Amino acid sequence: MNSPKLDPVPAHPLPSQVVKADEPVFVARAKAGDVSAFETLVSRYERKIFRLTQNITQNREDAEDAMQEAFLKAFEHLGEFEGNSRFYTWLVRIAVNQALMKLRRRRSNVVSLDDEIDTGEDMMPREVEDWGPSPMERYEQTELSEILSRVISELDPPFRIVFQLRDIEQLSTEETAEALGLSVPAVKSRLLRARLKLRQRLNQYFRRGTNS
Amino acid sequence: MKCKDIVKELADYLDEALDPCLRTSIEQHLGECKDCRVVVDTTKQTIDIFCNSEPAPLPPTTRARLHDALVKHLRRARPGNTSHA
Repeated sequence: MNSPKLDPVPAHPLPSQVVKADEPVFVARAKAGDVSAFETLVSRYERKIFRLTQNITQNREDAEDAMQEAFLKAFEHLGEFEGNSRFYTWLVRIAVNQALMKLRRRRSNVVSLDDEIDTGEDMMPREVEDWGPSPMERYEQTELSEILSRVISELDPPFRIVFQLRDIEQLSTEETAEALGLSVPAVKSRLLRARLKLRQRLNQYFRRGTNS
Repeated sequence: MKCKDIVKELADYLDEALDPCLRTSIEQHLGECKDCRVVVDTTKQTIDIFCNSEPAPLPPTTRARLHDALVKHLRRARPGNTSHA
């Protein structure tokens, strides 16, 4: 038997916000046993899933393992995917679970995601400086990616993971809450805190007059 | 409405999840308060920057390991499948 052929890496990656309209077609074909259709889905989402597992675990080896396990589990359980959500959302939830298991194993002292977190401290932003239009254009793509990785890695896991799911993977607040076993108000308060902390950290790179 | 109220409602405001009355009150405040306008604008930009950032390509060794694992697994799971050939 020939080995399954994997699709080449797409020359132009998908814009973050786009899940291609043909996704259900590939999912249906994969469910019917078409291996190449599943491989197409892997090629389509491998970068995003690796970024997700990397941002959660903050460890390259764990991120790689979690991504691999997520795709294998998705394949194994594809028959249980009922199409009530997008395939990508379903895949993200599997990948989050795998990545959280790695994170908890490596950092047993890490705060549990569902622990109460005191978000009552003063959240009033201290640095209020205009960034001007298109501040990210001041940086090369690689440099910008490094900045974003750095600032998100500085967030504590409960904030980082909620931000990752809600604002990067664009799950709804309810989907994020369900994926993490949190209440909707808990997701909202962590999301607000995460956004404000990231804004504050990006301020040093993007305020007017920086790097120009 | 005070500046601290704007911060409290910021996430729902940016997600357009507020009732119209509260939204109008916030927008009135934003019309008068430059600091709050900057905070709202830069927080929105923060979300947009992350949301629009493209994931980096997989390191070649990572990609090779993923695909080796998939090939092995798919072959084992669907031994009779030849649709890829």
